[in-house]
Amino acid sequence: MTTTSPAAPPERAARRRGTPATWLRSGGLSRLAFALPMILVFLVFSWTPIVRSVVMSFQETNLLTPATWVGIDNFVAVLNDPLLGTAVRNTLYFAALALVMGFPIPILMAVLMSEVRRGKGVYSALAYLPVVVPPVVAVLLWKVFYDASPSGVFNTVLGAVGISPQPWLQSPDTAMPSLVIEATWAAAGGSIIIYLAALLSVPPELYDAAEVDGASIWRKAWHVTLPQLRNVIFVMLILQILATAQIFLEPFLFTGGGPNNATVTVLLLIYRYAFQNSLGGNYGMATALSVMLAMFLAVLSWVYFRLTNRWSTS
Amino acid sequence: MTADTVTPAPSAAAAAPPPPGPASSRRAVRTMRRRPSLTDSDRSIVSDADRRQPRVRRAMAGVHVFLAVTLVLAGLGPLLWLAKAAVTPTQDTLRQPFALWPNGIDWANLSTAWNDIHIDQYFFNTIVIAAGAWAFQLLVATTGAYTLSVLRPRYARVLNGLVLATLFIPSVVLLVPLYLTIVDPPFLGRDHSLLNNYLAVWLPMAANAFNILLVKRFFDGLPREVIEAAQTDGAGPFRLFWSIILPMSRPILGVVSVFAIIAAWKDFLWPLLVLPDPAVQPLSVRLPAVQSQTELDVFLAALAIATIIPIAMFLIFQRVFLRSAGLGGAVKG
Repeated sequence: MTTTSPAAPPERAARRRGTPATWLRSGGLSRLAFALPMILVFLVFSWTPIVRSVVMSFQETNLLTPATWVGIDNFVAVLNDPLLGTAVRNTLYFAALALVMGFPIPILMAVLMSEVRRGKGVYSALAYLPVVVPPVVAVLLWKVFYDASPSGVFNTVLGAVGISPQPWLQSPDTAMPSLVIEATWAAAGGSIIIYLAALLSVPPELYDAAEVDGASIWRKAWHVTLPQLRNVIFVMLILQILATAQIFLEPFLFTGGGPNNATVTVLLLIYRYAFQNSLGGNYGMATALSVMLAMFLAVLSWVYFRLTNRWSTS
Repeated sequence: MTADTVTPAPSAAAAAPPPPGPASSRRAVRTMRRRPSLTDSDRSIVSDADRRQPRVRRAMAGVHVFLAVTLVLAGLGPLLWLAKAAVTPTQDTLRQPFALWPNGIDWANLSTAWNDIHIDQYFFNTIVIAAGAWAFQLLVATTGAYTLSVLRPRYARVLNGLVLATLFIPSVVLLVPLYLTIVDPPFLGRDHSLLNNYLAVWLPMAANAFNILLVKRFFDGLPREVIEAAQTDGAGPFRLFWSIILPMSRPILGVVSVFAIIAAWKDFLWPLLVLPDPAVQPLSVRLPAVQSQTELDVFLAALAIATIIPIAMFLIFQRVFLRSAGLGGAVKG
């Protein structure tokens, strides 16, 4: 505790002896009182459920009879589900599209915004507005925008520039890109603010030095700004991958997984196993798939951090 | 000893560990002028010398126009359209989505949404959920961080590790077992299921390691001399917490509050699962549910009403929001 304060030595000695009486006298009870809310909520609502998740993936659980051990049956059942392949492919497709469309935009916008000298505050506020809109409202509103009739909001805009109406959510081909566009719109503002904060911490001397060496604006952006943002970009990249691997709200509210299962994602499948099952919740299969997804993401992040660490230090 | 005598406000502000995020709003820049290291942030890729070239000046004007057009269209456009559509009759919205009230304004949409589809009640439910989530998160985050940062009992290291470890567990793992915990709570049993009880939303949200990490980092950065002086003066752990630590921690408490309220307002899947009774559901759960039985104009009015509070909060506390967003990145990074 207070190692330098004059009051500390006797107290530390008391704590080292460690009988219940000295623990009490040194304020152990009040320390515990402060720790208790955290310990209780984490114990009941975090640590225990995490452990229980692993246990349940090897059990058959329903709410009426005690759980029974079934070995790896749940995992076998999940792996034999013909929808799993579709869900994994769709999730990968979503993640890939989100990377291609959504990842570079915030970096570009933040760099441009950090260059303007006036209106930065207004621009940041405008960029952040979509993040403030509740996600459910955003999805429901975009569902109206995606109206497939020629007089739908987006189709009217497309019509004005001479593009024929798109089916958006109605067609298996365009449904997933539509989801990604909305998700990108909803998330870009948060990333822009984070990149703006990172841009502020680029040491000004680096730009001065580059100018002394006669670097052009492009070379400064490429050789000073981007390398300085490298670590933030690495972290944002893995965070986005982790988030898109668990995408749920957009497919659930936009399409419910349709049309023709084109937007069934892994998380939607987990939800269906557990909560949309006509035979009662199959909690075993749901936790088995969650555990597999979590393990995959853990391995992915570990490998990713190993790799990026090597790149950052070299 | 009164708290005021030992709480030097400026030093508390200086102790804020990570620098506030972007120098975004004018007001933010003005208040930060006290900290010189952050004010010369005007230095960026394009230098003053570059800016004197006509070519660069034209390009920068182009950047301004590009940013203004894109951000107004993407950031403000959908909201303005929603505001317009909320008071437009259904047929006008469907036939000419961009026409400004060809057949007049229909203000009745708003009152219909508010009264007939009970948006008022769901609105109130949302506020109750957000308020409770805020209170529980603040309680757990401050007392927990105080334990880990200031009191540091012997088990603090283990506790710290266990709490931080949960940051690395994807939340999807929790979904089913947490749901079963609510249906069949420990110590209480199935007869006291927490389904349809707001505690089922508040308490799991309070088990938030990110909050604890944020607040703990802030407490770690508080001046130790003040804490030690208070202890020498005989302040016990409760007094130290309430009269010294908390008053010095207003900036971080603001950040955690914004995170807590926004997260509660946004939450969809969890309240959908644990609050099956429509009478207690928040807006985010009710809006998709009422969509199919509601006329489009009234539904859009309901969406507009659901957006007003978060937008208003953002406009009022813009600085805290943007700093929180930047800070979130700084901690993650």
